[in-house]
Amino acid sequence: MLLIDPSKKICFNRCIRDGDLAIVYEKHDTMKAVKVCENSVFQNRFGLFKHSDWIGKSFGSKVFSNKGGFIYLLAPTPELWTLVLSHRTQILYIADISFVIMYMEIVPGCLVLESGTGSGSLTTSLARAVAPTGHVYTFDFHEQRAALAREDFERTGVNTLVTVGVTDIQGEGFPDEFSGSADSVFLDLPQPWLAIPSAGKMLKHDGILCSFSPCIEQVQRSCETLRLNFTDIRTFEILLRTYEVSEWKMDCSKVEDGGSVSPPGKRRRQSSSEGSVRDNPSCPAVMARPSADARGHTGYLTFARLKCIS
Amino acid sequence: MSESKPESGPVINPRVTWEGCSVLLDINDGDRLVFARLSAGSTLKIGNKSCSLQPLIGCTFGSLFQVEIGKEKPYLSRFVPPTDDSNVQDEGGSQLQEESRDNRAIIDNNQAQTLTGEDIDAMRRQGATGNEIVEALIANSATFDKKTQFSQEKYRLKKQKKYAPRVLLRRPFCRSICEAYFKKYPARIGFLRVDALSLLLSMANATANSDVLVVDMVGGLATGAVAERLGGSGSVCSTYLGGTPYPTEIIRMFNFSDEICKTIMLFKICTFFHFSSEFCGVPSMTCAQFKMKPVSESANMKMTIQWREKTSLSVGTEDVYLSSKNGDTDLVPENKLSSSSKTCKAPKAGEKAPKQAIQSWKENGFSSLIIAAPEQDAWGLVKDLLPLLTYSAPFAIYHQYLQPLATCMHNLQLEKMAIGLQISEPWLREYQVLPSRTHPCMQMSGTGGYILSGTRMYTDTSQS
Repeated sequence: MLLIDPSKKICFNRCIRDGDLAIVYEKHDTMKAVKVCENSVFQNRFGLFKHSDWIGKSFGSKVFSNKGGFIYLLAPTPELWTLVLSHRTQILYIADISFVIMYMEIVPGCLVLESGTGSGSLTTSLARAVAPTGHVYTFDFHEQRAALAREDFERTGVNTLVTVGVTDIQGEGFPDEFSGSADSVFLDLPQPWLAIPSAGKMLKHDGILCSFSPCIEQVQRSCETLRLNFTDIRTFEILLRTYEVSEWKMDCSKVEDGGSVSPPGKRRRQSSSEGSVRDNPSCPAVMARPSADARGHTGYLTFARLKCIS
Repeated sequence: MSESKPESGPVINPRVTWEGCSVLLDINDGDRLVFARLSAGSTLKIGNKSCSLQPLIGCTFGSLFQVEIGKEKPYLSRFVPPTDDSNVQDEGGSQLQEESRDNRAIIDNNQAQTLTGEDIDAMRRQGATGNEIVEALIANSATFDKKTQFSQEKYRLKKQKKYAPRVLLRRPFCRSICEAYFKKYPARIGFLRVDALSLLLSMANATANSDVLVVDMVGGLATGAVAERLGGSGSVCSTYLGGTPYPTEIIRMFNFSDEICKTIMLFKICTFFHFSSEFCGVPSMTCAQFKMKPVSESANMKMTIQWREKTSLSVGTEDVYLSSKNGDTDLVPENKLSSSSKTCKAPKAGEKAPKQAIQSWKENGFSSLIIAAPEQDAWGLVKDLLPLLTYSAPFAIYHQYLQPLATCMHNLQLEKMAIGLQISEPWLREYQVLPSRTHPCMQMSGTGGYILSGTRMYTDTSQS
């Protein structure tokens, strides 16, 4: 997935090969991660797809089933991965992920500590941000989840940039070997204030900590603990509103001020070559409106910088 | 787990200032933000006095300084805040007592303070420090003890900001540069808020070893942000319509190393078409022919004019806008500072793209596209640039207004050029978190713009 090896760049000449990870796109909210295998098949409601048909085609191609239905094959990116990965825990989505990476000032070469790993959604994006010379050390206290995460990182090809450890960070803190060497620390724990002192020891001066908590009480306790050794403490909430777009066919005859717009589909749009009837420039044919479904809350993001004492 | 102590890669984000580096000075905890270039001669104006910035050279980013008004001149001295154990305990202790005071008896008639301006000047002449003056003001205030504890804290903080202002030395990073501009000159960056910028970078998968095509009409902020994410590998092709490249003064504030600067290249769109027509079946266009194709010519003209008017309006009202801390923010314009010292020139980014790079882009296509052209017709740009992307490449387009993106999305669907299309509007709110006083901040940004994202499909030009 990640372009650590420039020869594996996705480009015009690069085709799907046996063993590649592909994202099968059925429609906007229906996608699946599939490993391409010479002899395998993929089945869905559009029919049966042979992987061998896929090999040799470009990513982004349309491929057909035995019944004539089709899907698209996309190259994996951390964003697509977040949408298709299997949820073992609640995950972070693109709005929080992109804000965290920006606000923690993560650039190539950084060393980032994370706990807990969960399903590895954020971890994959962190790996992208630190590539090719940085590293992400992520910890989870659940052995099975850590193992599944390791498998996922191998599948997506970020395993050279991510190391998964099984440790109870809340109880024991981060391992001493990282003291003073982390550029950023990310916490997604039920009681982050227990891990904050240890995080403070791991960070370089002016390094940034971020804590993600769904509940405001957690945020309050975390901020109290942060005030001891951290500065520039800020808490945010970020959400994404999506829009739907549709085309309206409307009567565009010239009307007096306050003209009405007829409902879609009722009348046909008159041709603009007729002299008497002109397109009313204030009635666009394409309209956008917010989607009916919206996310109300994911969690609060608290950022802080380690104070410089020297 | 690794045995040896892990080392991060080459020093891309140095943590200590050097002569000639650009810095962001945060005065009084976010009240005022100033960009500056550190040199022996540069100064900072606080209140009506100027302090030299020389003491800041060679210090760690994140260091705090306090303005001391000495007998001769004000100067910046390194300030190490005491570890706040005692403060926190006090807070905890007094929270247990119920706050019995309130402000019913406090009358605001400007007579509570018995120290006069002359008294304070006299104290200064005798060498009193800023903190001593603050304590004296508190001691001489008749109403101080009647105030609630929160009110007392607020009072102390207010006096400290005036008589002992603090300056925090910050590293200019994409985040702080974007926030500073959004606060003071949002029109220059097309009202691109920091979360919208972060979404652009994620959605377009800007990462090491990628070749990103950027249309940057937001002062260079988008180009700089992408180059920061690339960290010296891959390339950023900054392209432009017409004769002259767009202004990119913001790139200089990033403190990019030579390695990173080399990845930022300029390339003109119409030249591109002469090349790509051989590969992608896109008809070659001359400069003159390359125009936005709006619904109707006049409609497009009207829209452009309206946008310009809107911009000047918003700059006017922006001056009145108060930051959430009720302070003034200003950014020292870059050209004012560059004259201060000839030895402190930033390495130059945005050289013309070398043949090698152009060849590579031709053969491989770009791995993603970012458009931040908040006053242009989105579809006009996208339909000509999308074919230059490699297949399955993601793109993200930012716009201040929803309609151009809706039209663009619709057209992309009709022309079957992209899938996974989505228009998103980011919403961001900050919280004040204090004991017994936690709530969202009183002020928030109304809009950070809209983003259209998607992935380019493979178009087989041999079939129809």
